[in-house]
Amino acid sequence: MKKEELIIKLKAIVKPYIQDEEAFKNLTEETDFINDLKINSANLVDVILDVEDEFDIEIDNDSMEKMLSVKAAIEIIEQKLST
Amino acid sequence: MNSAQKKNRVVITGLGVVAPNGVGIEAFTKAIKYGTSGISFHQELKDKGFSCCIGGIPEVSEEKKLEYLTPLQLRGFNSTSILYGCIAGIDAWKDAGFSVDENSILDYDSGLIFGTGTSGIEKFRESIYKIDEQKVRRLGSTSVVQTMASGISAYLGGILGFGNQVTTNSSACTTGTEALLLGFERIKSGKAKRMLVGSSSDSSLYTWGGFDAMRVMTYKHNETPEKGSRPMSETASGFVPGSGAGALVLESLESALERNATIYAEVLGGNINSGGQRNGGTLTAPNSEAVQKCIIDALLDSEISSAEIDVINGHLTATSKDALEIENWSNALQRKGADFPYINSLKSMVGHCLAGAGAIESVASVLQIKEQFVFPNINCEDIHPEIAELINIQKIPTRMIQKNIHIIAKASFGFGDVNACVIFKKYIL
Repeated sequence: MKKEELIIKLKAIVKPYIQDEEAFKNLTEETDFINDLKINSANLVDVILDVEDEFDIEIDNDSMEKMLSVKAAIEIIEQKLST
Repeated sequence: MNSAQKKNRVVITGLGVVAPNGVGIEAFTKAIKYGTSGISFHQELKDKGFSCCIGGIPEVSEEKKLEYLTPLQLRGFNSTSILYGCIAGIDAWKDAGFSVDENSILDYDSGLIFGTGTSGIEKFRESIYKIDEQKVRRLGSTSVVQTMASGISAYLGGILGFGNQVTTNSSACTTGTEALLLGFERIKSGKAKRMLVGSSSDSSLYTWGGFDAMRVMTYKHNETPEKGSRPMSETASGFVPGSGAGALVLESLESALERNATIYAEVLGGNINSGGQRNGGTLTAPNSEAVQKCIIDALLDSEISSAEIDVINGHLTATSKDALEIENWSNALQRKGADFPYINSLKSMVGHCLAGAGAIESVASVLQIKEQFVFPNINCEDIHPEIAELINIQKIPTRMIQKNIHIIAKASFGFGDVNACVIFKKYIL
């Protein structure tokens, strides 16, 4: 899967949880889930569950802790998809 | 009147309700005036082998949910008690003349006490299944806030931005009336200017199942649901389960006058006590002595005589205990026969809304004062002979009566042998 394709899918996943529309519109690889998109930290676990469902992967605890930005999320998804 | 006296008076300035026979104050008022039943047959209960297959469930559409909760709040949402509580609470707050704005300034003068029996029992079930399937991580972030007892006060506290006490009480079927009196005390003692009070109960067979097992719900009206809830009737055969929420905004008279708010009624006083499961009281049956004391102490607290009570809104569930309740009222008030006040039971129309009952019934009581009517009792054309011996049956109206009402006494009694009685008065300057 191409990175652009991954970002589009990820964008759809985080959409329900974001609290900053402007940052969401301008989402890039550098966007941070909490600081930029203002996602409630409690909702991060929901984002991760939705990512698991979408890509049919399982994200372990260590990876979960790192999944705080679009970039980190894509790296983890790519890694899980390739294994 | 000097300001010190004013400060101690507590009035009701907003109402909200989600009842099986009406969602919203307008629909509910109309329903209780006409004696509209909210009880219907539920196939789900039959499929699960319930003896009682009828119940009262409020109608709330998906569109209506979105008027009160955001799409994010509704993700993975599975708690009718929280939903009903939010609708009733937000409606009451708006009815009192306040706006609901997520960016509002934190209000340290407003708090809330919103009770429930169990919170989000369907969400609890969902979570338990996931854990048993070894999928604990799949619970996500939504399980805790929907299943903690204080879920409802947590949701409302955030939506409304309250900075005073925000809590949940729980005392079985007394819960709503107790919440009201706890809020009343807090304002009376000057610790808050406004308290949103109420209670809520889930529409769920998992809430109702235990009562079905205790054989306290009627199994004789599965073919005639609207006839099933029969408080004070000779053919009463157990209660019909209900669900929903009621909410009231209590406010110091001073604050209400300052805001030029609409005043529905005044809370004169009340009492909360327990029979201690002594003298005939048990976990499930009331100690009559304590019930009577609760009523008498409510009058003392309100500084009124029993002769001043125009209407009683009873607990009256349609079990074999109704006659005993009438006897307790009669003894406590020292009034009987034609001298007894008018009495009614909302449960004839909505069933027993359990933890939600006290609040929904308090809303109905306050509406009677505001609009000066006594709502009818349905399904008691055949008054129980033991009740007819105690009081004149004219005092149990089966059609709406329009009447000057100054004072209504409302009581709720609950498992654990707990009692609460509140006295409402028409507001006069």
